[in-house]
Amino acid sequence: MPFFAPGDDPGASFLELLRRTGSEPFAGFAQVPAAEGAFGSLESSHATTVLAVRSSDGVVVAGDRRATSGNLISHRDMRKVFPADSYSAVAIAGAAGPAVQMVRLFQLQLEYYEKIEGKPLSLEGKANQLAEMLRAHLPQAMRGLPVVPIFAGFDPADGRGRLFQYDVTGGRYEEQDYATAGSGSLHAGTVLKLGFRDDLIESEALALGVQALWHAADEDSATGGPDPVRGIYPVLAAIGSDGFRQLSDTESGEVFAALQAELSGGSSGGAARSDSASGDPSSAGGSRSEVLS
Amino acid sequence: MSMPGMYVSPEQLMQDRADYARKGIARGRSLVTLEYGDGIALVAENASATLRKVSEIYDRIAFGGVGRYIEFDQLRIAGVRHAELKGYQYSRSDVEARSLANQYAQMLGQFFTHELKPLEVEIVVVEVGSGDEANQLYRIQYDGTVMDEEAYCCIGGDADAVRERVAEGYDPELDADAAIRLARAALAGPEREIAAPDLEVALLESNFEDATHRRRCFRRLEDDEVAAALGDDDSDQEDS
Repeated sequence: MPFFAPGDDPGASFLELLRRTGSEPFAGFAQVPAAEGAFGSLESSHATTVLAVRSSDGVVVAGDRRATSGNLISHRDMRKVFPADSYSAVAIAGAAGPAVQMVRLFQLQLEYYEKIEGKPLSLEGKANQLAEMLRAHLPQAMRGLPVVPIFAGFDPADGRGRLFQYDVTGGRYEEQDYATAGSGSLHAGTVLKLGFRDDLIESEALALGVQALWHAADEDSATGGPDPVRGIYPVLAAIGSDGFRQLSDTESGEVFAALQAELSGGSSGGAARSDSASGDPSSAGGSRSEVLS
Repeated sequence: MSMPGMYVSPEQLMQDRADYARKGIARGRSLVTLEYGDGIALVAENASATLRKVSEIYDRIAFGGVGRYIEFDQLRIAGVRHAELKGYQYSRSDVEARSLANQYAQMLGQFFTHELKPLEVEIVVVEVGSGDEANQLYRIQYDGTVMDEEAYCCIGGDADAVRERVAEGYDPELDADAAIRLARAALAGPEREIAAPDLEVALLESNFEDATHRRRCFRRLEDDEVAAALGDDDSDQEDS
């Protein structure tokens, strides 16, 4: 059982505790030799689209489900949006292994702090913790395994949703309206930029996020679109004053069905929604399956 | 450290240390832990709203301490660290109260025999079972003695009298509110009343309506929730 002398105590930092007990969380990364081309270029290795949009109730976060190795699809049901704690979420783009590890450490750090100190970190404090992890990860990012997260949460001190974008060096940039990351972020960002309004309610923000993801998947081969055949839909989460809530696949499917109805020119959203929600492949038109391939 | 003519027998030395620790513990108020229908309640008499006696250790594990605050708080933090490191290295389901209780026992035993003074604390480590698993309640004394308790467990200066009062009213099918009321009555005794703000209450809840969102079973009750559970304030009860 770890016990430290006063003045020598690692405090409320879980990373520091790991270091002090001999399992440096980022050590293995720094020793990886720079192998030219081994991991692909920086450009291709953050193949993903994740985004966050502020709504009048808080913030919504969305991410596609595709993981790629070069030109192959390695996973169709990858999760890139995670609860960081009960009032915040983190979405990741980048090299899958280090990104998932960073999320795990981040989640542990937030809960650890809360338990040691008896109260949770401020939202700003959480955002800074993630920046610190990115800085520790920089040597590995320089070797071709970058992690680029988005952090979003409900700030009880402000009573509103806030979102943060990062770069590989640990640069932390608070955004007011929306944030995107990953290879499809340019396309998703454009859709969000055009569709954003200051008074979006949660369901509208979700619909806008879904629209942005759909267009990103339409243009970017490394971003996955909705997969009604398998019932796999991008992960959608909403964070408001009542905390983090992830939508079920059925709920996500309904949001996508509404988008499908809109895109295919159907005036009746309800009819198209029931088609797609039933998971019937024939209801997904020809143009759509090309988008998905 | 030899002092000629100052021989103290090992028996006497241990006795003195035990007396010293017991005196320190007896100065503080007691704490009751009891199983109820859907979980475990931890109830302590504590006038401070910020210096806690009852805390969360891990998903299904809670900690309670009496005696010197700074000493049991150090133990609490060591327990959180032990649990978090273990969960990180293995998996969350590998973290359990039994191993934690043994670690605490080792540490307290070490302090008792090797340090200048023993820790003036008594602690409980409890784990709420998942599914059909039984709950676990461990009581660990200042000298590292571990006791595996059933149904309820009392620590602190007045522990024996409190335990008797809990035993009189105990029923495993109690609901949470009734468990808190019983704990308050047991802590107060026949001659005193304890007001809701002077009680610190936390629950380890095994049944949630929405299990996916409640990995962490520990829930600390706010003062108004405690008052509502005790039935001290009817308006609060209706609100909640």
